[in-house]
Amino acid sequence: MDKAQKKRRAIQAGFAAITNSNVYGLVSGSIYRGKLKALCVPGLNCYSCPASVASCPMGALQAVLSNAGYYFSFYVYGYLIIAGMLFGRLVCGFLCPFGLLQELLHKAPARQKPKEAPKYMKFLRSIKYFVLAFAIILPIAIPNAAGGGQPWFCKLICPAGTLQAGIPLLILNSALRKAAGFLFSWKLAILAATLILSTATFRPFCKYACPLGAIYAMLNKVSLYSYSIDGSLCTNCMECSRICPMQANIRQNPNSAECIRCGACKDACKTKAISSGYRR
Amino acid sequence: MKPLANSSRKAIQAVLLATGILFAGIGVMRGEAGIILRKAVYICLECIGIG
Repeated sequence: MDKAQKKRRAIQAGFAAITNSNVYGLVSGSIYRGKLKALCVPGLNCYSCPASVASCPMGALQAVLSNAGYYFSFYVYGYLIIAGMLFGRLVCGFLCPFGLLQELLHKAPARQKPKEAPKYMKFLRSIKYFVLAFAIILPIAIPNAAGGGQPWFCKLICPAGTLQAGIPLLILNSALRKAAGFLFSWKLAILAATLILSTATFRPFCKYACPLGAIYAMLNKVSLYSYSIDGSLCTNCMECSRICPMQANIRQNPNSAECIRCGACKDACKTKAISSGYRR
Repeated sequence: MKPLANSSRKAIQAVLLATGILFAGIGVMRGEAGIILRKAVYICLECIGIG
């Protein structure tokens, strides 16, 4: 791993540690109850994790939409637009603990790691936009008896919640252990599939299913932080596109919706034609 | 995909940033931060696969 990737890994680990710094919760099996929880972190980070000190934007969005009479969350959409405009998918590459975990698992030896994008990749990548629609529409569309809704994405899909909150809380709390049933097994299966798949494919949840990644992907093209290619230096060797772990065609579109700004292309470019920052 | 012209890009950036700030402000005034806080300080049973 070169210097730039080591620096990125340090930022990923540091940010995950800061946003999950409630060590007391990990010992006691309780969660942090301070006012910081009114704020969101940019990445997927369950607010029911005993260590978490802030809220997950997807959980926060569904919490508001699940409230009777709230069909639109100005607060969370506003926050996501600001984060997306400032960073784009740099959030995925640098500030998401669940993305970091998938990357670490991808380092594990596997029999075969596919390098080329299969023909069905475009369809698979579009799944995350359907998951986003599912997370936004269902809390409003399926009201309960009190007129509110439920956080369906958290309830049925989110593997980060199972890993960060479900597993530690069930280990530390016998009452919760007794209450766990089919739903927990279902979520555990999704988590297991995601983690196993991560050993063969780079960040499969981010590529195919993350609704937060879908929002940042839509803003990647216009975010203030951007990549650019100096045409006078580029030799069209296509090494940037070949090396990209997200299989984005960087040469064609340096601000692709799939680019998580990991910087692998910049490191691979022999003529240093790719640059990034807030300059443009 | 065709890249955006620099002027269009800057205009879109300004509009989106202003929209984000406006939305966040409206959200705070509507009490959405309080809704999130009230939800997040208790264990979310749905999130952990129980509710």
